[in-house]
Amino acid sequence: MNAPDLASAGRRDFLRRSALAGGGLVLGFYLNGTGNAAEQVAKPAAAPGAEFKPNAFIRIGRDGIVTLVSKQPEIGQGIKTSLPAVIAEELEVSWKDVRIVQGDLDPAYGRQSAGGSTSTPTNYEDFRRLGATAKAMLVEAAARTWKVPPGECEAADSAVHHRPSKRRLGYGQLVDAAAALPVPDARSVRVKDPKDFKLLGKRIGGVDNHAVVTGQPLFGVDTRLPGMLYAVYEKSPVFGGKVRRANLEAIKALPGVKDAFVIEGTADLRGLLPGVAIVAESTWAAWSARKQLQVEWDEGRFADQSWAGFVAEAQRLGKQPGTTTLRKDGDVNAALAGAARTVEAAYSYPFISHASIEPQNCTAWFRDGRLELWAPTQNPAAGQELVTATLGIPKEQILLHITRSGGGFGRRLSADYIVEAAAIARKVAAPVKLTWTREDDLRHDHFRAAGFHFLRGGTDAQGRLIAWHNHFVTFANPVSRDGKTTLQPGSGGSLSGDEFPGRWVDNCLLEQSAIECGVPMGPWRAPGSNVFAWVFHSFIDELAHAAGRDPLEFRLEILGDKAIMPGTGERGTPYDVSRMRRVLLDVAEKSGWGKRNFPKGQGQGIAFHFSHRGYIAEVAEVTVGKDGSLKLDRVVVSTDIGAQIVNLSGAENQVEGSIVDGLGTLMFPELNIERGRIVQGNFNEYPLIRIPDAPTRVEVHFVKTDYPVTGLGEPAFPPLAPAVCNAIFAAIGKRVRQLPLSRTDLRWS
Amino acid sequence: MSKYSLSINGHSRAVDVAPDTPLLWVLRDSLELAGTKFGCGAGHCGACTVHLNGVPTRACMTPVSTVGRKQVTTIEGLDAKGEHPLQRAWKELDVPQCGYCQAGQIMTAAALLKENPRPSDEEIDGAMAGNLCRCGTYLRIRKGIHRAAELAAADKKGRK
Repeated sequence: MNAPDLASAGRRDFLRRSALAGGGLVLGFYLNGTGNAAEQVAKPAAAPGAEFKPNAFIRIGRDGIVTLVSKQPEIGQGIKTSLPAVIAEELEVSWKDVRIVQGDLDPAYGRQSAGGSTSTPTNYEDFRRLGATAKAMLVEAAARTWKVPPGECEAADSAVHHRPSKRRLGYGQLVDAAAALPVPDARSVRVKDPKDFKLLGKRIGGVDNHAVVTGQPLFGVDTRLPGMLYAVYEKSPVFGGKVRRANLEAIKALPGVKDAFVIEGTADLRGLLPGVAIVAESTWAAWSARKQLQVEWDEGRFADQSWAGFVAEAQRLGKQPGTTTLRKDGDVNAALAGAARTVEAAYSYPFISHASIEPQNCTAWFRDGRLELWAPTQNPAAGQELVTATLGIPKEQILLHITRSGGGFGRRLSADYIVEAAAIARKVAAPVKLTWTREDDLRHDHFRAAGFHFLRGGTDAQGRLIAWHNHFVTFANPVSRDGKTTLQPGSGGSLSGDEFPGRWVDNCLLEQSAIECGVPMGPWRAPGSNVFAWVFHSFIDELAHAAGRDPLEFRLEILGDKAIMPGTGERGTPYDVSRMRRVLLDVAEKSGWGKRNFPKGQGQGIAFHFSHRGYIAEVAEVTVGKDGSLKLDRVVVSTDIGAQIVNLSGAENQVEGSIVDGLGTLMFPELNIERGRIVQGNFNEYPLIRIPDAPTRVEVHFVKTDYPVTGLGEPAFPPLAPAVCNAIFAAIGKRVRQLPLSRTDLRWS
Repeated sequence: MSKYSLSINGHSRAVDVAPDTPLLWVLRDSLELAGTKFGCGAGHCGACTVHLNGVPTRACMTPVSTVGRKQVTTIEGLDAKGEHPLQRAWKELDVPQCGYCQAGQIMTAAALLKENPRPSDEEIDGAMAGNLCRCGTYLRIRKGIHRAAELAAADKKGRK
């Protein structure tokens, strides 16, 4: 366990410093932090003082082995490889000498949340300085040993070299001398000129790849503790329903069952939902017992909600003015009345699940008032906070071990499964692993919000976009706080008035209405963007074609010549138009946009999107069979994510994965809701993309610019669906206005 | 509960479990072989793929009582040193993202390569269609299988 006093003091200190630094990571804090959790994880055999530990992230032993702590949750985005590589680069340590351990949740590491593609941009520069600081100390230690000026010494390949005298001291030999030195101010140390990088920008294999391909236990669900028991948790099929009664005594009598009990839960749809826990000697005993479980539910007020009802309500709302005005520029009605051409269309998309292949799970051990957790989580602090808020276990009494996650996609930013495991463990005198079934996972997700967009647009006699009207109908959950209930749109359910083309059209009206629902919603890879890009770039394409314009040229004209489009109001985000133009022109050139004549059934489509600090443009080439089958033949991607690609292999993998995920999410998933329940339960009813549908050619181009280094877990996803749908239109003249794609008949003759 | 003697990765292992327990949970809970993954429990995702007498099989759909004397091979036993051509290729091409499905992918691919040492893209797609990868590493899985085929051919040549 962390020493509670130190940990809480450190946390307060961290929060204060974070506030001063505008939320960024604070080096001074890191450099003074001890990283309690790192010691627990790695359990160094060496005696105290036998290693050089300049900060919470770096330990160098006398054997020359450099242990780096990966503080961020690894969910497949490759952060456990890339951030330590940043330290290694500046530390001048050979990658083969590096060992990487996953850090626990620990205030010594600062913010530990993998969401919003923020891990790289918020840590990159600080991590360079962590490595550079340690290197400066090793150089100083060597210089003092040799009694030469540090300026004559050079660090390279895990050693300090004095070239004039051809002397060399390995880092392991410098441990004691370096450990005796004061830690310099991180801002005073020099970082490398990126042109001298040896590791960054190369293809670096995932550090856990060997463990992955040999089946070693890495994931949350692989957690195993002595005397561990296994749990399942049955919740109301209608969201927010409560347990009236259950056949607990019969369940307790079943083979292998240790206990069965009701958990009261709370009213928070994304918190600890009421349910029945079964604890058993094995997963199968628990699941078998669950088949005999009979629960009478008080289904509550959402028992009548249905997808069909939501659709009808959205259609009704779409005919009315929105309840909120997000943006109003010029006079959209007058402009449409005077337009040479107008287009009107309604776009919609369903609720979808995250469907990570590792289902939600968490192992919890409650003893002596303290709680230890092992969780595949993107946001461990959220888990700790939800447990404290729900169960009253003080934060200092909770130790959370971050495991590798078998996929995240935003699902594991939520902490419902963590608080469930904690609530179960509190009643069990043993460690207990809660594993959700696939059906639990699909039906009790925090879903990607469904949405409806009622659009009107107009172009003038020269074919220029002059009017844009969108009434966005989204979904909101009731949220109770301080005795008051308000409606809160789901993640991705709040359209910004600045979202492209919101600032670019003279006559622009953006409105929003929300349908109250009990379907819990949460962030889903590139929240909002993952559907807004599809809707807006599809509709822009409609307007371009209606005006007889080339889709690329039309887009370039809308973007205009301005270098920067300022954000609206104090909190608005500026949009760097020049960066977007550059990737758009780049993708057009690399794809040969407009240079080829495609036969009917084949076509090219283009789209771009700015999200998560990344500027991305994509061109898709498709073949639509006469039978309506779709083949994505080629995708060209141009990305501007700043000055440095940290790990080229990881970056390409993220883009390729985003393309496949973007295509799969376009083609297949949708959830139906009847009598308040999610209908689909497993992958036979909720198909995911499989290898035969994956494209064969994905060409990824990185446009290097002078801007800060940013992340790539999300921004390549949004442009794919509109690029494909625009290509489908080019191929067969059919416009896809409803997701998933299977709802549109693509047959042609 | 019933007693079974199973042949797992060349070793005889005794377990005492309910007869309807899927092989998946025997491996994971009873035998501490966590490399075989749970994904759907219904044979749709392929994360639990093992070999029974060399045939790729869904461990989540295989009651332990039906295994009998069949040789069970899991990802832990695919190669004694973890140096199967697929495992080498997966590392060389940095195939995994989250990695959760990859044991199942590799076990399915290993059976494919045994039958068909130089599969085409179409043959790979056909053989691998039962294995889901939510991260979308399918492009690298295709490349990884081609690369493993090359490595295996080179190994064979080296042995001659």
